Amino acid sequence: MINLFEVQETNKMIEESNLDVRTITMGINLLDCCHSDVNKVCENIYNKITELAKDLVATGNELEVQYGIPIVNKRISVTPIALVGASCCKTPDDFVKIAKTLDRAAKEVGVNFIGGYSALVSKGMTRADQLLIDSIPQALASTERICSSVNVGSTKTGIDMDAVRLLGEKVLETARLTKDADSIGCAKLVVFCNAPDDNPFMAGAFHGVTEGDAVINVGVSGPGVVKRALEEVRGQDFGTLCNTIKKTAFKVTRVGQLIAQEVSKRLNIPFGIIDLSLAPTPAVGDSVAEILEEMGLEEVGAPGTTAALAILNDQVKKGGIMASSYVGGLSGAFIPVSEDQGMIDSVEAGALTLEKLEAMTCVCSVGLDMIAIPGDTKASTISGIIADEMAIGMINQKTTAVRLIPAYGKSAGDRVEFGGLLGYAPVMPVNTFSCDAFINRGGRIPAPVHSFKN
Amino acid sequence: MKKTIITVIGKDAVGIIAKVCTYLAENNVNILDITQTILQGYFNMMMIADVNQAKKSFDTMVAELDSLGSEIGVKIKMQHEDIFNTMHRI
Repeated sequence: MINLFEVQETNKMIEESNLDVRTITMGINLLDCCHSDVNKVCENIYNKITELAKDLVATGNELEVQYGIPIVNKRISVTPIALVGASCCKTPDDFVKIAKTLDRAAKEVGVNFIGGYSALVSKGMTRADQLLIDSIPQALASTERICSSVNVGSTKTGIDMDAVRLLGEKVLETARLTKDADSIGCAKLVVFCNAPDDNPFMAGAFHGVTEGDAVINVGVSGPGVVKRALEEVRGQDFGTLCNTIKKTAFKVTRVGQLIAQEVSKRLNIPFGIIDLSLAPTPAVGDSVAEILEEMGLEEVGAPGTTAALAILNDQVKKGGIMASSYVGGLSGAFIPVSEDQGMIDSVEAGALTLEKLEAMTCVCSVGLDMIAIPGDTKASTISGIIADEMAIGMINQKTTAVRLIPAYGKSAGDRVEFGGLLGYAPVMPVNTFSCDAFINRGGRIPAPVHSFKN
Repeated sequence: MKKTIITVIGKDAVGIIAKVCTYLAENNVNILDITQTILQGYFNMMMIADVNQAKKSFDTMVAELDSLGSEIGVKIKMQHEDIFNTMHRI
């Protein structure tokens, strides 16, 4: 029988340490919406989403009351639209039409984001992929809830550098088209290497072609809970530190598993995976940076940061994997700058640089995330940063991603404000030496050798 | 059987248990177990209850218990027991 102490421990996690279920994401296959007429495709997409997801938000809200735990986001991910639109889209504008339909469907069912305005081009781009990528700036500028991602590389295929070059330009264009809102469009555009098919977290969620017709994926969270638990073991050795993280991650993940199973049962849609990522929010006490500092760093970015993050990431997985029957998605600690108050503070204190962030991405998902850079950064420089991050993912057989915001009209030291879960970010300086000649070569980076690891 | 955990936390005062139990009785909620302690002047109570025959819906009772709590100056929560079972039992 459950006792008073255990009940209070759970409720303290919820009330004082911001324990929540970060997102319930319904993945929906749209391949059966294909048609040669774009208007018909839009109609099919709208009907399918609004039918399958009509009870998603209400079910999430019911569970929130029943278990007394916040379920922060209810979202949808769909089949990469470059595939769905390939048979009917002849121009970027045709793809924008689909984007607007997705936005309308998202509003109808009440989800705050819909992901999957995506293309998978790790080896090459089809005509449709190229049109979709061309349409991204316009699509993000003319919709509210669409999230876009492009997978430009993988360990098995190498990196499509033509796509990397193109995306440097598209990121800049998106920033320009959404300049009135601090270039917020870029906060909804992620470039991936080794993108997973079942990631429930935005902006990179899409419903991969290896998935079934519909699926429920859940992202747990709880950096605040881990931080609080570590306060109890200050000064103790690494063994104790690791055990504490594992135990906490186990408890947090169990809650996610419970909610996922219950949503799946009520909506009669199969349960896919739990994503174990520790996802911070701008709220005080909900920060991954604060965990690293609790481990013994004065500021994130100090020597030791990469090691601390590696420990955190690994122990969260070790604890979480036992707590769930299926783990997937990104499953690692997120280190977005704008969405984490502790990270923002470290940047402002001068402790954390873009280069250190890049090093940190070698040991955790997902990558250079929500980082504002000067608006006058060259497209080729953005492509260069993307290429570096993709190379880390390709060589280390892990997912990496880039979500940079070249803040239009702003320079290093300024600040951009997105509001809500996206937070605010100090504009960080970028190395301005040129990589033009490298990026303009064109072609592919070949897949790496899988032996002789060093 | 669907069991529910009701927790009451706040500054100790006369009649907290009486008021909560009256509300539950009026709504046909059966109390299966009560644990209660006073920690540093703070009243801590946990009830295990059966809400299967309750007159009102779960969310209505959650909301009404919440406002009853505000009236008597304590925090009252009602949650399905599974959240505690999954977190603390393998």
